[in-house]
Order: sequence, then C-alpha cells, then structure tokens
Amino acid sequence: MAGFFSRLKQGLSRSNERINAIFVKRQLDDNTLEELEDELIAADLGPAVAERIITKFREKSFGQNVTSDEIRATLAEEISHVLEPVAIPFIPDPAKKPHVVLVVGVNGTGKTTTIGKMAHQFRQEGKSVMMVAGDTFRAAAVEQLQIWGERVNAPVVAGKQGGDASGLAYDGLKRATEEKTDILLVDTAGRLHNKNALMEELAKIIRVMQKFDASAPHNVLLVLDATTGQNALEQVRVFQELVNVSGLVVTKLDGSARGGIVVALAEKFKLPVHLVGVGEKAEDLRPFSAQDYARGLVGDTQK
Amino acid sequence: MFDQLSGRMSKVFEGLSRGGKLSEGDVSEAMREVRLAMLEADVALPVVRSFVNNVKERAVGENVLDGVSPGQAVAKIVNDSLIDALGGAGAVPLNLSVPAPIPFLMVGLQGAGKTTTAGKLGLRLAERERKKVLLASLDVQRPAAQLQLQQLAEQVGARTGGLVVSLPIVEGQQPVEIARRAMETGRREGYDVVILDTAGRLAIDEPLMEEVRQIRDATTPAETLLVVDAMTGQDAVNTAQAFKDQVGITGVVMSRMDGDARGGAALSMRAVTGAPIKFTGSGEKVSALEEFHPERVAGRILGLGDIAGLVEKASEQLDEEEGERVAKKMLAGKFDLNDYVSQINQINRLGSISGILGMLPGMGKIKEKLAGKDLDTSIFNRHKVIISSMTEQERRTPGIIKASRKKRIAAGSGTTVPEVNRLLKQFDDMSTMMKRLSKMDLPSMMRGIGGAGGLGDMFKGMGGPGGRPPFG
Ligand SMILES: Nc1nc2c(ncn2[C@@H]2O[C@H](COP(=O)(O)OP(=O)(O)OP(=O)(O)O)[C@@H](O)[C@H]2O)c(=O)[nH]1
Ligand SMILES: Nc1nc2c(ncn2[C@@H]2O[C@H](COP(=O)(O)OP(=O)(O)O)[C@@H](O)[C@H]2O)c(=O)[nH]1
Ligand SMILES: [Mg+2]
Ligand SMILES: [Mg+2]
Repeated sequence: MAGFFSRLKQGLSRSNERINAIFVKRQLDDNTLEELEDELIAADLGPAVAERIITKFREKSFGQNVTSDEIRATLAEEISHVLEPVAIPFIPDPAKKPHVVLVVGVNGTGKTTTIGKMAHQFRQEGKSVMMVAGDTFRAAAVEQLQIWGERVNAPVVAGKQGGDASGLAYDGLKRATEEKTDILLVDTAGRLHNKNALMEELAKIIRVMQKFDASAPHNVLLVLDATTGQNALEQVRVFQELVNVSGLVVTKLDGSARGGIVVALAEKFKLPVHLVGVGEKAEDLRPFSAQDYARGLVGDTQK
Repeated sequence: MFDQLSGRMSKVFEGLSRGGKLSEGDVSEAMREVRLAMLEADVALPVVRSFVNNVKERAVGENVLDGVSPGQAVAKIVNDSLIDALGGAGAVPLNLSVPAPIPFLMVGLQGAGKTTTAGKLGLRLAERERKKVLLASLDVQRPAAQLQLQQLAEQVGARTGGLVVSLPIVEGQQPVEIARRAMETGRREGYDVVILDTAGRLAIDEPLMEEVRQIRDATTPAETLLVVDAMTGQDAVNTAQAFKDQVGITGVVMSRMDGDARGGAALSMRAVTGAPIKFTGSGEKVSALEEFHPERVAGRILGLGDIAGLVEKASEQLDEEEGERVAKKMLAGKFDLNDYVSQINQINRLGSISGILGMLPGMGKIKEKLAGKDLDTSIFNRHKVIISSMTEQERRTPGIIKASRKKRIAAGSGTTVPEVNRLLKQFDDMSTMMKRLSKMDLPSMMRGIGGAGGLGDMFKGMGGPGGRPPFG
C-alpha cells in the first residue's frame, strides 16, 4: 500500500495547487469546470448534486473569459438559487402560550446546545422561556441542560434519569401553559434514525403532548451536524416521515466542514433551514442566509 | 461473488470483455463506478483519487485466470485493495506495554463520542484484561461533561466490581492540571491505565489544539485515539490531517457504526493518519464497542452490504426460541394472531426495513426505489394495535370475529371496520398459504419464514461469517 499513501500525499498537495490555479484569469473550459465540480464534492454536496449544479453553470458560462472571483460569484449565485427558498427565519407565534418547539436529531449533533442558544436569544428579546430536559438516557444530559437554564435564567423541567420523556414533556407543557410562558423548548435524547424503537419513543412524546394541546408541538426542529456527509439525506428522510420535521438547524459551521449536504437537502426535501450554529457559546447562533452559505461553499475569499 | 455487486457497478463489471489480460479500457470504466460508489459513501475525494489510481495500476495487464470473468477479477482487486487500505490483517491491539499507569488520550471533534468511548474502553480493559482503570475528564468546555464521565464510570464500575473509577472533580481546575493530577493519582493508587477524556475541539481552533499538545507533553500517552463519527463526510481528511500533524495519532475509533452510514470516513482517516482503526462503536451502551473488521467496512463502503454485520444484528436482536416456537406452530398449521404479533415484534426489533436492505448485497437499487416511500411497516404496527383490542379467545380463533365483534375491536383500537376486515383477510391468506406449504416437504423453508434460525441459515448461504468474502 506504500504506493497508495505516497500518491495520496501528492493528491493532497495537488488539490492546493488546483485551488490556487483557480484564481488566475482564464477561459471557463472543461478542466476548470471539472475542478469546480471536485470542489463541490469536497464540500459534501455529493457527486450527483455537484454534477447537476455544474451542468447548469456550464450552460450559462461556458467559454467565457473570466477571473476566478467572477467564477466563484456566479457559482455561488447558482447555489444560492437552490438555498433561497429554504432560508426561512425562525419566528415563534406570539399568540401561542407557549409556542412549543421539539428538538430532535441523531447523537451528538448539538441539540442541547442549540436549545441553550435559542433560549438565550429569546430571553434577549424579552420573552419568557421554559425548557424540558427530555434526554433521560445519556449520562448527565439533564445537568447539561440545567446549566444552560442557569446561564440564560430560564426554568428547566427535569425528571429522573431513565424516566419517561413523554410524561416529562406533558408536565412541561402543562406548567408552561399555566405560567403563560412564551416558548417551551423540549430537548430529546440523540437517536439514530434506523432504530425503530427509539423513533417510536419520539412519536410518543408528540402524541402525549397532543393530549394536552392538539396543536403541539408547533415546530419539530431537526439538528444536523455540518460535518455529516451523505447520511444526512437518510436522517432527514426518516425523521421527517416519522415525526414530521418542520425545519432544520445546522451546527458546527465554525469548523472546517462546509456543510454542502444542505444543498442536497434543499433540493430534495425543501424543508426550511432556520438557524446555523457557529460555536459553543450562547451567542453563537445565526439565522440561515442563503447567500452567505453559498459563498462559504465555493470558498469565497473576499468575505 | 459477481452477482453480489450492486446496481450500476455490476452492469459495468458484466460488460467487461472476456479475455487473457485486463485492458485499460475495461478497468477505467469499472473504476468510474467505483469512484462514484466511494464518493457516495463519503470517502474523501483525494483519498478516492489515489485509491482509484492505485487499483488501476494494479489491475491493468493482470492475467485473468481461467474460470473467472474479467469483472470478477477487477472486483476482487478492488475489494482486496480496499481491505488492504483499511488496515488488512485484522485488529491492532492497544499498546499496554509501557509501565503503569498507562496513559490513553481521547481526542476528536465535538460530539464525536469521546466520552462514551472512554467509558467503553474502561469496561473492556477491566473485563478482558482485569485492568484497574482511572477515567479523568479534562473537558471544562461542555456543560456537565465531567459529570457525564463520572456517571459513566459509576455504571462501568458497578459492572466490574469497582475496577473502573473516575477522578474526583475539582471545580475550576484547568485541563493540563487535571491531566497531571490524574497521572499522580494513577501512580499513587496503583491504577494500570489512566484514560484522559478531552473536550471536543475543531481542527482549526489553534488555542485548543495547543492545549491538547500541552496535555500530551505532560502525560506522554501510550495511545492517542482519535474518535470519529462514522457519518462524517469529506471533512474527515481535514480533521485527520490536523490531529495527526498537531497532536499525533496512534489509533482511530469509528463511533456510531450502528447507524446506516456507509462509513467512508474510515478509509479517509486511515489513509491520512496512517494510524490503524482500532475499534468501532456500535451503540450508546457501554458494552457497544467492537474490534475493527476491515472486510466488513470494505463491503459497506462499496455498497455491497455488510452480511456479517446483518447476521450478527439478527442473532442479537431476534429471539431465536420464539422464532422456533412460531415456526413449529406454522408447520402444524396452528398459526394464530398472537403468533402474528410475535412476528411483527421480531421485524420491528431489526430496525427500519431500508436499514436492513442497506446491509444486503445488491440491494442498493431496490433501496433507492423505496427511498421516499420506505417499505410501509406502519401497517404492521396498526395491525398490532387492532390485535391488542381483541380478546384472548379472538386472537386464538379469529374465525369467531363477526360483525359486532369487529365493531367493538375497531372502536377499541381507534380504527375502522374495513381496516379490521383487511387485517383478518390478510391473516386468512397467510394461514392458507402456510397450510399449503406445510403439506409440502419444505421444513427448511418453513424455518426461514419462522424466525431467527432460518434467517441466519439463509444469510449464511449467501456468504455470512466464515463464508466467502463478498467478492471472489
Ligand atoms: N464548534 C461547535 N461546537 C458545537 C456547536 N453546537 C454544539 N457544539 C458542541 O458539540 C457537542 C455536542 O453538543 P450537544 O448540544 O451536547 O449535542 P446533543 O445533540 O445534545 O448531543 P446528545 O444529547 O449527546 O445526542 C458539545 O461539545 C457542544 O459544545 C457549534 O455550532 N459549533
Ligand atoms: N448510536 C451510537 N451513539 C453513540 C456512540 N458513541 C457515542 N454515542 C452517542 O453520541 C453522543 C455524543 O457522545 P459523547 O461521548 O458525549 O461525545 P463527545 O462529545 O465526543 O465526548 C451521545 O449521545 C452518545 O450516547 C455509538 O457508537 N453509537
Ligand atoms: Mg443533548
Ligand atoms: Mg465528551
């Protein structure tokens, strides 16, 4: 395998040369297009979506004499078209007391942190917030959310570890209603979408909450990690089917992962992308902007 | 096996001409599909490129043996190279050959599974090696992270007669100090291994990468294990490169292999760090840690399924005795609605149908067709609800269910009479078919329908553990 590894090193340095070369003014030819397609693949758009986007891009721009900045700007625009329809801000309904948000996703994507950040944001806007520590499975998950509760000065409804999450969600909803809280954020344990029993548990949380308020939850947010590759498609498909996901949050965009899978998701599911996470602190939550996201994907250096 | 190749790939391999040597054209076309399969499995692009070139070089001009088609020859080279690139000859054990206390350092991105893996390793070392293990959390970043490891240590400690313990938490102490205190405690109290769990950090976070270097220098770990989520996409190369360059990695753990991701990140990790993949995480429980099997992951990456994994899963999750019991009743033509529910429970325990299909070779295409419209297993669950509203007598002798009973059952289960009718009709069809089958002499087939033993046998015939490798 020696050949494999040494060639890999060459490959990695070649990709750097490639990126540099792309900043020189030149004619948009097949080679350049192929390089751009490779960059999109390397950003996790997936081979099929990358090809489709480049094909469209080619129809418009092939043969033109352009600088690298122009190439990137046009390509970003192309991607931005795909993202624009799903860039929908998250706005809770002020008529609902509480507006109930259920937060779901596979393990470790950033659900609890996102809840903490959202709570922080709503508190800043002067709204009242309550949180439900619905992860009764993972070690110290309750305490993790309780610390967020202290940070943002909002009550956390918690039970004992190993307890029934749906009962807890019911209690939280009842209490938030009695106290006329503006927003109720319900945390859940991370679960892989291919585990039926765990998915059924989520569906039960929803059913039980609906016994108290038939319209709850008003949002089901699926939290995705930007480092995730093509499996995100399957995550969204299954979560949407089983618990009616209403929108997405993409976390960890402060890292080197570019989160291109969101483009594939936007094409396929058209689910709103409300928010992005850009760090571990309470303030590190931003609305999703199609243009910024697209520019980030094509590696805009102008920003 | 040739017919085990999935979708498009198999067509290309079939198309290869028969002849003495593999031509460049043959190989190139096949490798285009391999490239695509690997990209869809999240193998990082530069890694795919060098892999494909390497295989091309190995394959072109290769003699095709008699009795083997050129397609099979290329397929075998692809599979062998992939297993090779993933680490070849099996698992590399943990380095336990330095003087105690042996420091292990866990590193990786946020949420990768470091803390859980630290607990799992503690359990494994205690159970299999009778090691005394100290778990120390250096995570002062994530809220309640130290508490998480403490609670895991309590769980693992209880299972191992106190062999695994966590370092007492000291509020306000910083990571490097905690690491020193852990090693001191380890020496003073005679621990064999000290596992240092660190906060998740991004490869581009300079200050945090510097911190982990200081931890390393203060403890000189025998193993620095990079924990990586099996769902990771193209960014795997960046993470791998950064941790390799800035910290140094001796091994990789792929977490969440119990999901349905194809796991291409494993190849990216191995290729970039050069470090062996030592373990895979297969669940949230502390016992869910397995040794790494390159051949299984190779099949998964190529979309050829993971038969061995499926059989393991089936035998783990299915109740074999229950399967046998039901099979016997079927054979005797005495299958009732209680048995039907038991069958539904067995199916549910296996997880989503599309997940299962993904593990079967050659099922890629079918799975694609089902995508968006997953095999509707919800019907089974509705049937379960309907049956739960029947009396024991009705379940045993469904024949007695007439109009008034149907109404009562529909009302009790929140369904409708037509739905109850459909269930009864389907059950009737099943019973008729079983009676017919039981008249034929097909006991093995019946076991196949009946439960775990049968399923296992079926899969073994298709190349399960100990059977043939996916190619060849
Ligand atoms: N850099 C970065 N880290 C994040 C972000 N969001 C969450 N994290 C970190 O990712 C890790 C996992 O976050 P959690 O919020 O605990 O994730 P979770 O989905 O609740 O995890 P489980 O409950 O264990 O399934 C923590 O270390 C967080 O600090 C983000 O936007 N950027
Ligand atoms: N399904 C599954 N979940 C896992 C596995 N390993 C860890 N997890 C879960 O992933 C989440 C994050 O794990 P944790 O150990 O806290 O990650 P850390 O932030 O890297 O320390 C938790 O919900 C764990 O239960 C695994 O192999 N399979
Ligand atoms: Mg959580
Ligand atoms: Mg941790």
